[in-house]
Amino acid sequence: MTGPATVGQTRLSWNLPGDLHQLVAYHFMVNAFEVGTVTAVVAGAIGWFMVLRRQSFAGHTLAVVAFPGAAGAIWLGLNAAVGYFGFAAGAALVFAALPRSPSGKGFSEESAVIGTVQAMALAAGFLFVSLYRGFLDSLTGLLFGSFLGVTDGQVLLVALVGLASLAALGLMARPLFFATVDEDVARARGVPVRLLSTVFLLVLGLAAAEVSQVTGSLLVFALLVMPAAAAQQVTARPGWSFTLTVLLSLVVTWLGLAAAYFSIYPVGFFVTTFGFATYLLAVGSRGLLARRGRQVRGPLVVAG
Amino acid sequence: MTHSRQPDPVVAFAGAAVRLGNRTIWSDVDLEVPAGEFVAVLGPNGVGKSTLIKAALGVVSLSAGQVRVLGEPPGGASRRIGYLPQRRSFEPGLRVRGLDVVRLGLDGDRWGIPLPLLARRSARGREKETRLAEVLDLVDASRYAGRPIGELSGGEQQRLLIAQALVRRPELLLLDEPLDSLDLPNQGAVAALISRICREEDVTVLLVAHDVNPILPYLDRVVYVAQGGVLAGPPAEVITSQTLSRLYDTPIEVLETSEGRLVVVGQPDAAATHAGHHHR
Ligand SMILES: Nc1ncnc2c1ncn2[C@@H]1O[C@H](COP(=O)(O)OP(=O)(O)OP(=O)(O)O)[C@@H](O)[C@H]1O
Ligand SMILES: [Mg+2]
Repeated sequence: MTGPATVGQTRLSWNLPGDLHQLVAYHFMVNAFEVGTVTAVVAGAIGWFMVLRRQSFAGHTLAVVAFPGAAGAIWLGLNAAVGYFGFAAGAALVFAALPRSPSGKGFSEESAVIGTVQAMALAAGFLFVSLYRGFLDSLTGLLFGSFLGVTDGQVLLVALVGLASLAALGLMARPLFFATVDEDVARARGVPVRLLSTVFLLVLGLAAAEVSQVTGSLLVFALLVMPAAAAQQVTARPGWSFTLTVLLSLVVTWLGLAAAYFSIYPVGFFVTTFGFATYLLAVGSRGLLARRGRQVRGPLVVAG
Repeated sequence: MTHSRQPDPVVAFAGAAVRLGNRTIWSDVDLEVPAGEFVAVLGPNGVGKSTLIKAALGVVSLSAGQVRVLGEPPGGASRRIGYLPQRRSFEPGLRVRGLDVVRLGLDGDRWGIPLPLLARRSARGREKETRLAEVLDLVDASRYAGRPIGELSGGEQQRLLIAQALVRRPELLLLDEPLDSLDLPNQGAVAALISRICREEDVTVLLVAHDVNPILPYLDRVVYVAQGGVLAGPPAEVITSQTLSRLYDTPIEVLETSEGRLVVVGQPDAAATHAGHHHR
């Protein structure tokens, strides 16, 4: 890893082409941008549904569960990404198997179970890190994100898992939206609600594991929740808010990576800060729009 | 529309029973609903009216007997049925337009990604938009269909959901308390609308209600769910002081107005809570 030594010497020159050139001068940085880009798209798309389905807590827990997976993989000398994906996917399947409340609504009753799993996962991850006796760096990296040392193998794995998740999401997008907004009618219409919920949790687990690799396990909200929550504040049109979510997620990730590259502070901090700023902006602009909207009511447009 | 009038009943229960948990909700139900009829399902709270609708949809399975809907086993004809579940309200924070919820009734069960911009270019896409606008007009919901559904009042949401049930021109409407959370004039208006759709488009309607008065003028048949079984008959036979008082276990009077309309007094709804406690 030649990263850390050289990164400290990079300087923002405020000359855009020069800075962009610097950004991709190192192979590890190209890898980081590749992983970041795939992750941003996956996180935006899946986060949009997660926010709509009120499953943010489950999403966060899946990311936290990925942490002992990654720590364990490093301890065993495996690729960290394998541990991230394996643990998050396994936990997703366990959540899907949890009995649902008779009313069938969400995770309100299961939140205690999910919280318990989250605490245990953090504890186990901490143990693995201690067993590894590695640098304390690896602990902060796993929890709060690091873009250093992304290997080519990791890029490939993230890309493949990301594409598979997006393909699955694309296939089930409309019935999943139906089952999310209006579960009873969807079920009566023959939409396999239970199956969709399981597949979605699985895809959510994979997405959470991807985001963990950029922002760290504790800061996945930055990409899974913030862009979607911001976009849904701005517009209630599903097509537009979905597109906006993915765009915001991309911008936040790229800016976060660049800012981390030119500074000595961690990437998770920057991605989260930019995500948070976007959310605040969205809430603020919605407040303004609502006030304007009360004065001039536009005609109804029947369009998506 | 080319529905040939089916000689077979649209909904047919034969010796049907449902168990939930380890309680039998109802059993030995034999019920036939002929095509094109407007049928009310009445009964006290908790007797299994919603369960009857869900059994017809195939969402709840029978523990005995069988049910056929539109000539198919339950669940088989789901695309030809419009369903309105009981008392749904959307979370206040749900940032999805009413319009989008109605649109799901049209194509929500299709796999893939909705691409509204592309879809509007095709003839079928435009046809869908026309139908959507038409059905919103029908329930008088165009004014607020563009607002996030979580922000709408219970009655406004209910109208949008009725539109959602109607949008695909179903052959059978299963409506679980559609008049719930509507004000009195709107109860009358929606009841009239449903009966018009039933007559003009030859749609069979099975409608659960607690207050029978708004729908009484339009009914072809009444189904009473009570005491673990089902009783069906024409309104003139079932809507009598005697039968109602017996079924709800409380005095209920049926009066005739000067124009010959029947009116049920004695609050079956209040009585229903009372009866419900009795059976438990
Ligand atoms: N999943 C379930 N498990 C066990 N019992 C259930 C379940 N769902 C419903 N029940 C019971 O079945 C009975 C019938 O319920 P149902 O919803 O069909 O009543 P209803 O006639 O529609 O009542 P209401 O007028 O209040 O809508 C109730 O006593 C209810 O407690
Ligand atoms: Mg009911």
